[in-house]
Amino acid sequence: MMQVSETLSSIQHDERFISIEGIARHYPAPDGGKTTIFENVWFSVKRGEFCCVIGHSGCGKTTVLNMLAGLELPDEGVNIVDGKAIEGPSLDRAVIFQSHALLPWRTVLGNVAYAVASRWPSWKREAINDHARKYIKLVGLSGSELKRPSELSGGMKQRVGIARALSIEPKMMLMDEPFSALDALTRGSLQDEVRRICLDTGQSTFMITHDVDEAIYLADKIVLMTNGPGAMVAEIVDNPLPRNRDRINLHKLPDYYAVRNHLIDFLVTGSKVFRDNIPAGYDPRRPPLVRPAAPTPASPSDRKAA
Amino acid sequence: MFTSLNARALAVSFCIFVAFLLAWHLATQAAVPVQKMDPEYAKLMGLTATKGTSAMPGPLDVAAKIWEHLKSPFYDRGPNDKGIGIQLAYSIARVMAGYLIAVMVALPLGFLIGMSPMMSKALDPFIQIMKPVSPLAWMPLALYTIKDSSISSIFVIFICSVWPMLINTAFGVASVRKEWINVARTLEVRPLRKAFTIILPAAAPTIFTGMRISIGIAWLVIVAAEMLVGGTGIGYFVWNEWNNLSISNVIVSILVIGVVGMILDQILAFFARKVTYPE
Ligand SMILES: Nc1ncnc2c1ncn2[C@@H]1O[C@H](COP(=O)(O)OP(=O)(O)OP(=O)(O)O)[C@@H](O)[C@H]1O
Ligand SMILES: [Mg+2]
Repeated sequence: MMQVSETLSSIQHDERFISIEGIARHYPAPDGGKTTIFENVWFSVKRGEFCCVIGHSGCGKTTVLNMLAGLELPDEGVNIVDGKAIEGPSLDRAVIFQSHALLPWRTVLGNVAYAVASRWPSWKREAINDHARKYIKLVGLSGSELKRPSELSGGMKQRVGIARALSIEPKMMLMDEPFSALDALTRGSLQDEVRRICLDTGQSTFMITHDVDEAIYLADKIVLMTNGPGAMVAEIVDNPLPRNRDRINLHKLPDYYAVRNHLIDFLVTGSKVFRDNIPAGYDPRRPPLVRPAAPTPASPSDRKAA
Repeated sequence: MFTSLNARALAVSFCIFVAFLLAWHLATQAAVPVQKMDPEYAKLMGLTATKGTSAMPGPLDVAAKIWEHLKSPFYDRGPNDKGIGIQLAYSIARVMAGYLIAVMVALPLGFLIGMSPMMSKALDPFIQIMKPVSPLAWMPLALYTIKDSSISSIFVIFICSVWPMLINTAFGVASVRKEWINVARTLEVRPLRKAFTIILPAAAPTIFTGMRISIGIAWLVIVAAEMLVGGTGIGYFVWNEWNNLSISNVIVSILVIGVVGMILDQILAFFARKVTYPE
């Protein structure tokens, strides 16, 4: 039992902010049976932890996120937040939608203010707008407050979505590819902002991404999902990089390439073949926790031991 | 071309209008051979039929008639002789009354149907059967039960304008994008606030399209309804002037009905533009 001290199962229950316990999603198949998108998915997110999910398109990442948001209920299993099963959406868990989901009849300010007013119904209009403006400024959209979503580019819409989610100061952020439509520069500065906010406020975060570097920079923990249908959690990568990393020097950190290669290997081959040759001792309830590390040049023999 | 599209279109409209007036004028000036006819019938058809000019008024006669109406639109000389303004006011008031009642019924009911697939299925057969019924077919039933011609016309207006609004509201509410509903759900917006801040603005363009169709139909139906029940209103006026063989007045009425119908439609179109959002 001492061996599993590294795995998630050993984490104290109260440390687990979110616990995903054996969830599954099925859809009726055209032939009358059922297609399993994913099943028996288990993992957890600690308080203040930044958790990224990587997996190929269609494996069910958005579905998992919607279940965590409480917008959908799993067909099997249960999601637990703060010790209680998720039965519906909550203001404690803000969502950045993959499709932006801005209200087209409201301005940028109106969209963010709507969320703020929902969070603090007793606030005066002035206070609501000031608070909203603060977050619009944070995502670099000052000056576009009175534009409507139809007048914004894809990346600008995405940033309004980010501002709206951040503005309600939730306990947890659920982000569905929040930076996918941004240029490298904007993406970098928003990643910095989001990381700073998460560290400052101790927010827990669940983020879907296709960008390996983004995952390495932001995440404490990266969940790897295999291809669907019948997707599962292949393993959980514990990010070995120091917590006070910065974006510019990320690739100079000793373990950077070890993590990066590990993730890319998984995406290129592992995600496809995992299902057909499941490693011995694999237990979906305790997906293996892996911590890729650069071989220490001093003693190459250590590699085998690790 | 140097002039804008609008200017050219305006010029063509003007030319068509002038050509039409000219053709109309010439056609009605042309002498019609005096027909041998039964003197009784000649008496019935009035002087013009026997004098060799067309009984059809020309544009000048109609213009003179319009001027006459414009000078005193609101005179009232007994039940059979009221100014066209008074008659129009009656019709508009009836349309407004029936239409507003229809709005008050159709919008909440449409919301209910749009929000609840069960209610939608339950009420569908009634709507499908009632919708194609000509509103005038309700008239005898209305007259029999209500026993008041004016209120019966209002009822008929209500019946004819309720369906497009009901169907469009239900459709607009049912097809609000799921992602907008999800935004409200994640923000824990209460049902009433959700109805007013998400569903209503999202469905408003569709609802206004229905309201615009309804006002058009209501204005079509009021003329027929008033012809049927008589008494007052622009429909009764048309029929009365036909009985008086005042074709000029009939033509003036057609113009007036068209103009008022256009104005009603444009008012709704204005509101529809206000609530439309580009996606
Ligand atoms: N209503 C539905 N009926 C049948 N299958 C569905 C339905 N909705 C989603 N799916 C399937 O569920 C799977 C998971 O969808 P999901 O949106 O969660 O994928 P994703 O991992 O977020 O993909 P992406 O990276 O492209 O966003 C997809 O393969 C999709 O085909
Ligand atoms: Mg997705």
